[in-house]
Amino acid sequence: MSRRSEVLLWGAQRISAMVLALCVVVHLITMIYAVRSGLSGAEILGRTQGNVGWFAFYALFVAAVSVHAPIGLRTILAETLNWRGKSANVFSAIVGLSLAMWGLRAVTAVFGGGQA
Amino acid sequence: MENLQVRIWRGQENGGFQEFEVPRQESQTVLDVVTYVQRKCDPTLSYRFACRVGVCGSCAMTVNGVSRWTCRTHVDKVAEDNKVEIAPLRNLPVIKDLVTDMSEFFDKWAKARGRFAGATTRKDGFAPVSPESKERKRVDAGIECIGCGVCYSACDVVTWNKDYLGPAALNRAWTLVNDVRDTERAERLAAVAGDAGCHACHTHLNCTERCPKGLSPTAGIAGLKRAVLAATLAGEI
Amino acid sequence: MKNDFRARNHPAYWAFIVHRASGLLLTFFLPLHFWALGQAFHGAAGLDRFLEWTQNPLVKFAETGLVLLLSAHMAGGARLLMIEFLDWRDWQKTLLAAAAGVSLVVVLAFLLNLV
Repeated sequence: MSRRSEVLLWGAQRISAMVLALCVVVHLITMIYAVRSGLSGAEILGRTQGNVGWFAFYALFVAAVSVHAPIGLRTILAETLNWRGKSANVFSAIVGLSLAMWGLRAVTAVFGGGQA
Repeated sequence: MENLQVRIWRGQENGGFQEFEVPRQESQTVLDVVTYVQRKCDPTLSYRFACRVGVCGSCAMTVNGVSRWTCRTHVDKVAEDNKVEIAPLRNLPVIKDLVTDMSEFFDKWAKARGRFAGATTRKDGFAPVSPESKERKRVDAGIECIGCGVCYSACDVVTWNKDYLGPAALNRAWTLVNDVRDTERAERLAAVAGDAGCHACHTHLNCTERCPKGLSPTAGIAGLKRAVLAATLAGEI
Repeated sequence: MKNDFRARNHPAYWAFIVHRASGLLLTFFLPLHFWALGQAFHGAAGLDRFLEWTQNPLVKFAETGLVLLLSAHMAGGARLLMIEFLDWRDWQKTLLAAAAGVSLVVVLAFLLNLV
């Protein structure tokens, strides 16, 4: 991988980290608020279904984590397992794409229009 | 005072520790201990030193697992149960006993373009650089490095990534990036970019924790990370 | 030769270990989390079946652990971003303590509301 790509990957991880820091703060506050009086499926979905603002927020959250996590994972693979090069890059990219797909599926389930 | 129990590394990478007894003295340094062993116990012990007062940076070793200048480390400060373990610096090939081959350490300074490149000659006048300028203050913060190798030895990223330039070389590059007289800024930023350069740093602060001069290579490396990213986004790298 | 734990025994290194371990564990947890949320495709009843399982004290304990991982990774990460993107400050250890404090506060707030 070229030096330029390495630098851009580093930048992508830090910028996604900044987005994630804000997302996680909101997520933690929401979570602590939501568990106050116990959770029920009807109550959760009543709050979430069809809510476009939250849908967009969590879609951004998923996108940021799908950038952030695989870059970190790639570093761990290189430093801990000494797994470097193309195969490690491809593996990390697949992890990122899977996270994005699975995450967006979950966001759609919770914030989408209703039962699929 | 009871005698000090000293374990000293002998041989090369596959060597082992040898035990010696050394009489304790007041204000005794670890370098004093090594010197005593070499003069009184075993003249074949190899080690490096020159100034004995923290100026030259050649007596750095691993004392009780931590990289230090032996000349500025009092035995009182590091002895545990009257025992001291002395080994060569980490992350460098061992030549013999306490002497490491520091070639790669200095080669990486060259790779990081650690040499000043100016546009003027000795015929020209002085370049006015205000001591109050942001750049000059950044240079001041890192310029006192004497190249002892303690940070390089303490750095885990060097262990994990053999190509990593290391804290000292990157700190040197950062002082030059902030030298307003220097003419090779772009080339230097390109040389320290990416996975073998500043972006491999994980901010463990091992170097900052261990630097005998109290410098923070981590701070300079962070500055390089930003400068290189900005240059990359601007299409200069 | 390599360093052993003695060279690494200082607060910034502990913070690195926490950051790396929490990041890795959170990455492993995410697919599970997404799967659980996917139960909403089966409506409120689908979610309730899952929520019933989370009433198990062991699961609640694990949940609290996850909140700790998330808040520690966030607070420690904010500290790293400060080191990398803001001017250097000499009170690094205060910053570290603050990051540890923030993650602890988050977990306690979560626990107070959970039980």
